[in-house]
Amino acid sequence: MSASVFSPPHLPPPFVNTVPPPTLISQGAEALLYRTHFLQSTHPCALKYRPSKPYRHPTLDARLTKHRILSEARTMVRMRKEGLKVPGVLGVDCEPAHGDNARKGGGGWMMMEWVEGQTAKDLLVAVKETRKSCGREEVLREQVRNLMHRIGTILCKMHEIGVIHGDLTTSNLMIRHGAQQPHGITDGHAEGHGRANNTSGIETEPILREALVNGEVVLIDFGLATSSIQDEDKAVDLYVLERAFGSTHPEAEDEFNEVLKAYGESSRGARVVLKRLEDVRLRGRKKSMIG
Amino acid sequence: MIALGLEGSANKLGVGLILHPPKGGPAQILANIRHTFISPPGEGFLPKDTAKHHRAWVVRLVKQAMKEANVSVDDVNCICYTKGPGMGAPLQSVAVAARMLSLLWGKELVGVNHCVGHIEMGREITGAQNPVVLYVSGGNTQVIAYASQRYRIFGEALDIAVGNCLDRFARTLNISNDPAPGYNIEQMAKKGKNLLDLPYAVKGMDCSFSGILATVDSLAAKLEQDTTGCRDETTGEIITHEDLCFSLQETVFAMLVEITERAMAHVGSSQVLIVGGVGCNERLQEMMGMMASARGGSVFATDERFCIDNGIMIAHAGLLAYRTGFTTSLEESTCTQRFRTDEVLVKWRD
Ligand SMILES: Nc1ncnc2c1ncn2[C@@H]1O[C@H](COP(=O)(O)OP(=O)(O)OP(=O)(O)O)[C@@H](O)[C@H]1O
Ligand SMILES: [Mg+2]
Repeated sequence: MSASVFSPPHLPPPFVNTVPPPTLISQGAEALLYRTHFLQSTHPCALKYRPSKPYRHPTLDARLTKHRILSEARTMVRMRKEGLKVPGVLGVDCEPAHGDNARKGGGGWMMMEWVEGQTAKDLLVAVKETRKSCGREEVLREQVRNLMHRIGTILCKMHEIGVIHGDLTTSNLMIRHGAQQPHGITDGHAEGHGRANNTSGIETEPILREALVNGEVVLIDFGLATSSIQDEDKAVDLYVLERAFGSTHPEAEDEFNEVLKAYGESSRGARVVLKRLEDVRLRGRKKSMIG
Repeated sequence: MIALGLEGSANKLGVGLILHPPKGGPAQILANIRHTFISPPGEGFLPKDTAKHHRAWVVRLVKQAMKEANVSVDDVNCICYTKGPGMGAPLQSVAVAARMLSLLWGKELVGVNHCVGHIEMGREITGAQNPVVLYVSGGNTQVIAYASQRYRIFGEALDIAVGNCLDRFARTLNISNDPAPGYNIEQMAKKGKNLLDLPYAVKGMDCSFSGILATVDSLAAKLEQDTTGCRDETTGEIITHEDLCFSLQETVFAMLVEITERAMAHVGSSQVLIVGGVGCNERLQEMMGMMASARGGSVFATDERFCIDNGIMIAHAGLLAYRTGFTTSLEESTCTQRFRTDEVLVKWRD
């Protein structure tokens, strides 16, 4: 039960020699996300490194790591081809058992375009903070609904091309800064974590507004993505998001309905998916629970 | 203050007595006893038989607990019972016992959510402050974190519970249900070494087990038919029942650790608490420990006395609620098979 201090694993080659060294931005469940550069130091990019997981059986670990890196990269390339906004893929290495990587403890990586912006989660947390102080709750709520609407439309498009995300949460939806965005202020990464919520509600309002109303929604984190055109799979995808949203942003549950509304309006098949979602919900609630 | 707790949502009947010292400080366990209804190998426990078991044992267990704790009826402040979730008939038989004691002794009733009972007892025993909770048992698989007065469910099994998956596989192999099917699978898994390819079904913070169960069941059937023995594709060794148990555990536990880690990353916590019967499994605890330490965190788990369904956790969670003024009137003292963890208003935490 002893707590240990967190020390990130060593990066695999060729990144050991990168100057300046990649900066750790976030530690997700499966991956470590670094900010570094691609070819030129002026060209920022994101490096997603999946170290091997010592807790699981090495065979299973290698299988999962490889599978996820490949399906993530493939899905992103496919999404982009279909005109959906995802970071561009710059390179991958998914053979953890080979060469230098094996000596470094396995794992694999993917390099992609850097998204200047913040996650929908951070944005909604900032909205929650501001809501209390700004005295213009309804306006903010409306702006959140606006964002939710855009998210719903995009998710419907994604499902229409047969992509099931597999891990929809507000951490996996990024909001890219608009061109007129004052630089660095709402960026959760670049300035450590000094974000909008440091300043008072009145000052942050226009910044939040800009992200909520004009920010471009970029989907990320496709490691668990699968391809399917089944209504059931689409409905479960939405259910996962609904639950993650409800538990993370209970204060904004009403606004979430806008996601489903927009989803339903975006394609002909979408209504059937929403109908199916009702079944999935019921199943979740009705399944027997014996202690 | 002292509370009596009665638990009987599945095949375990538990009676516990807990004391919360008036000036604060750790709770004192005065008695924690249990009697389990064990069905023959290859069979699950039926609600009717389980309820009968609970009715036959409840008075004896309450008497024994009072004696062990050395308390009199006057010392008891309230009677806590499991309101749900669980199996209807066993829940009802215990609720009837609770009502009877309440009327007989003139004490208030407190209906308790079984899952909240597990969480609060786990926190009390381990001292984990605000952990992500993995609740894994025969009927539940949930990843939970606390936020604004509720235990919120971040992830769960979309079909059958992990414990149910293990129990059912034990039935397939005709393994004994004594002391618990999951325990016997764990012992067999220790002797397995070939990892077979089973489906791995994680969806974000949710997961599913029925596909895995179907696959491992059909592998077992194949071993049964093939008298010359099936061989592992990579090692060429003969596949054993032990290998099946090993593969099943390695796969489903990896899934559980993964969804827990995802929730930890999502809420930004580095503590994890494992509760529920499957939480006794040492391999699961070990895997969770490795994950947590790689994140610079720690894992908290309890032993069989508190992991497996028990009366003390009902007494403890009930007393926490009672101290905030919560009681359940006789008219409301029903039970319910479905009672979600996030339905409970957790008034005793900030
Ligand atoms: N291309 C990018 N540009 C900028 N920031 C990014 C980019 N991709 C990811 N991030 C940031 O890093 C975080 C983690 O990335 P991601 O969600 O891909 O990994 P993860 O959650 O660790 O992965 P997994 O769920 O597969 O284990 C994101 O929530 C986001 O804040
Ligand atoms: Mg993510």
